[in-house]
Amino acid sequence: MMFRIDRDVLAEAVAWTARSLPARPSVPVLAGMRLEVTQEQQLKLSGFDYEVSAEVTLDPQVGEAGVVLVSGKLLAEITRALPAQPVDFVVDGAKAVVTCGSARFTLLTMPVEDYPSLPAMPPAAGRIGSDVFASAVGQVAVAAGKDDTLPMLTGVRMEIEGDTVTLAATDRYRLAVRELKWQPEQPDFQAIAMVPGRTLADTAKALGATGAQVEIALSSAGGTGEGMIGFSSSGRRTTTRLLDPEFPKYRSLLPTQFSARADLSTAAFVEAVKRVALVAERNTPVRLAFRGGEVILEAGSGDEAQAVEALPVEFDGEEINIAFNHQFLLEGLGAIDSDVARLQFTTSTKPAILTGGKPVDDGEIQDYRYLIMPIRLSS
Amino acid sequence: MFGYGGGVSRNQLLPREPSPRGPADDSGCPILHVDMDAFFASVELLDRPELKGTPVIVGAPGARGVVLSATYEARRFGVHSAMPMTRARRICPQATIIPPSHGKYSEVSKGVMEIFQTITPEVEPISSDEAFLDVSGARRRLGTSTAIAELIRGQVAERYGITCSVGVASSKFVAKLASRQCKPDGLLVVPASAVVEFLHPLPVAALWGVGERTEQALVRLGIRTVGDLAQVPVSTLQREFGAAGAHLAALSWGRDERPVVPHSPDKSIGNEETFSHDVDDPEAIKRELLRLSERVAARLRAAGHVGRTVSVKLRRSDFTTITRSRTLREPTDVAKEIYATSCELYEAAGLDRVRLRLVGVRMENLRPAATATRQLGLGDRETGWREAEQAMDKAIRRFGPEAVRPASLVQRPFGPMDL
Repeated sequence: MMFRIDRDVLAEAVAWTARSLPARPSVPVLAGMRLEVTQEQQLKLSGFDYEVSAEVTLDPQVGEAGVVLVSGKLLAEITRALPAQPVDFVVDGAKAVVTCGSARFTLLTMPVEDYPSLPAMPPAAGRIGSDVFASAVGQVAVAAGKDDTLPMLTGVRMEIEGDTVTLAATDRYRLAVRELKWQPEQPDFQAIAMVPGRTLADTAKALGATGAQVEIALSSAGGTGEGMIGFSSSGRRTTTRLLDPEFPKYRSLLPTQFSARADLSTAAFVEAVKRVALVAERNTPVRLAFRGGEVILEAGSGDEAQAVEALPVEFDGEEINIAFNHQFLLEGLGAIDSDVARLQFTTSTKPAILTGGKPVDDGEIQDYRYLIMPIRLSS
Repeated sequence: MFGYGGGVSRNQLLPREPSPRGPADDSGCPILHVDMDAFFASVELLDRPELKGTPVIVGAPGARGVVLSATYEARRFGVHSAMPMTRARRICPQATIIPPSHGKYSEVSKGVMEIFQTITPEVEPISSDEAFLDVSGARRRLGTSTAIAELIRGQVAERYGITCSVGVASSKFVAKLASRQCKPDGLLVVPASAVVEFLHPLPVAALWGVGERTEQALVRLGIRTVGDLAQVPVSTLQREFGAAGAHLAALSWGRDERPVVPHSPDKSIGNEETFSHDVDDPEAIKRELLRLSERVAARLRAAGHVGRTVSVKLRRSDFTTITRSRTLREPTDVAKEIYATSCELYEAAGLDRVRLRLVGVRMENLRPAATATRQLGLGDRETGWREAEQAMDKAIRRFGPEAVRPASLVQRPFGPMDL
């Protein structure tokens, strides 16, 4: 087996594939990256840890069919450091030789016959712009739980109804929901999938850089390839195993009636929250008091340091005092993707909704909502 | 040698016999250590006056019970607190054994502490039956330290019918030694100028902080009395005992800078239970964890605290003990949360089917409940377990400790065999 390929193309593909390799592999071969030159003279790089698989297909300048397994991490480090010249990769017995310019590396190969075969892609379900997809996933994944002892809260739920995809995630303390349009293969396609949040965010980000369309492969309920979702774009494909689709019935938890509404400059609000939060410990609140044209932000307690700051606000409704975990508030403000932040409340112990301020006035559906549960101050 | 206002029994003291060398100089002695005499036993004798003057032991009478308190008549046989009950019975078979009834003691304890509060706010309780008082300020109002000590002894005896002993000295540790020396029903003043004279003949074990280990180490060095210790260069003690060495040297010369700290706040609240026989059934162990969690949570709520760290103590039948703890996201005083974490800690300890002798639940990292906040969760009910447990507290205050408890802790009125 041998191939010759441009250094930049190889380095980028190897780096992308190596992302999915496990840091602490359960069996040594899973640390390997599989390189195969097919009879059709295509080069396929792949990695798999039984949860997530990744594969890139490239067109080498020269190729001779064959397959080999080498340490993925080492190959990624080597290709990143190579000079900008064509790279020759030649397998010689139990060794693989990488030559680029005057540099030459000899790598040990690993037993490729022990390597698990990659799962087949489920059937293609539809397509979406990779940049739109990446930003929507980013907005939602921020609210997914990070606690692996509660796996059902670490996922992002994808609900597909025809041409509408609804993404939702919650860690019990906030809930992010984003609706977006896509092009399904079948106009009446329906499916529900719980995708591991971290993997989805990484994948969407990596594919978003290509600027092309992302094809989502997912079987509808009962179809083949169930329990798996695939994403592919520009010669790259990745699959991941799905989580148990159990998820809170969140739609009924989203309030629709409010007693007050506050519009603030997002940037000024973020700056102010960051400043007062300097005196707040982790998981402690920033207290907000909305009064007419002003909101007073406070953090800290009498026994410790305290901070207070006032901000102008466009406020409509009953005056309210409410407190939030400052980290949750900042993550929501970072996700709304709007110059104006709109907070809507009912009472100080009921969920508040954070959205981008403007589009509602055009009668458009608010496509992104970030629900945040308050912190109750002691009575 | 020292001016005794006591060391003789109270009855002999009235009318007061003049001390052979006149009243001791207590001008440099603002610290009082007040210690109830045989506290639990004395309180029990109030209900059983016929037992006065006989050996009485308070403690669970079972095979695994320990002595909580004993009258001086029983102590004469060598009975002391923390001694296994089986041994106490062997050395003093004629003693009357009374099982402990806790409510009674805390009531008297509270009343006694209230008496102290009327003397000065500078009260540092050490346990239910002893406290340090700094009467520097109170002396202007109430007279000398000795007069205040007598006032306290008189009020405790009058209101509760029990006796206490008071040590009066210039520092906390000397005051504590003094009260121990004059027990029972005594008063001892160690004038500031006589501290060294008082300390040096005492065995090293009398010093605060010298436990069995330190004592053995000192005896190995040929140091038996406080006087011996005082003669050892500080550098030698530091080499042997590290930072504690310098502290020992200071104590041996009567130097103790520790102030009386009024009401040292609770650092932790915990309960533990020794099983009547070793238990390996996880269900039974978890039931005990639930009972302890309920008790700890009720105590937290009563004290107005919330705690963030749950700690579980597990003692195997061979007495090896492990403790495991976890810090919660937010502080709590809810038994259900404490219990859930306790169970996780027990399960993670890998002691499944290991025979346990004792389990304990403790909340650490305490802070006032008034400053606690609670992150609400999606779909949480407005009123939760905390409110339910507060309602339990109220019912228990009104109808007694058996009024409300988790169903799994309700004992069947009949065993299954009886049905």
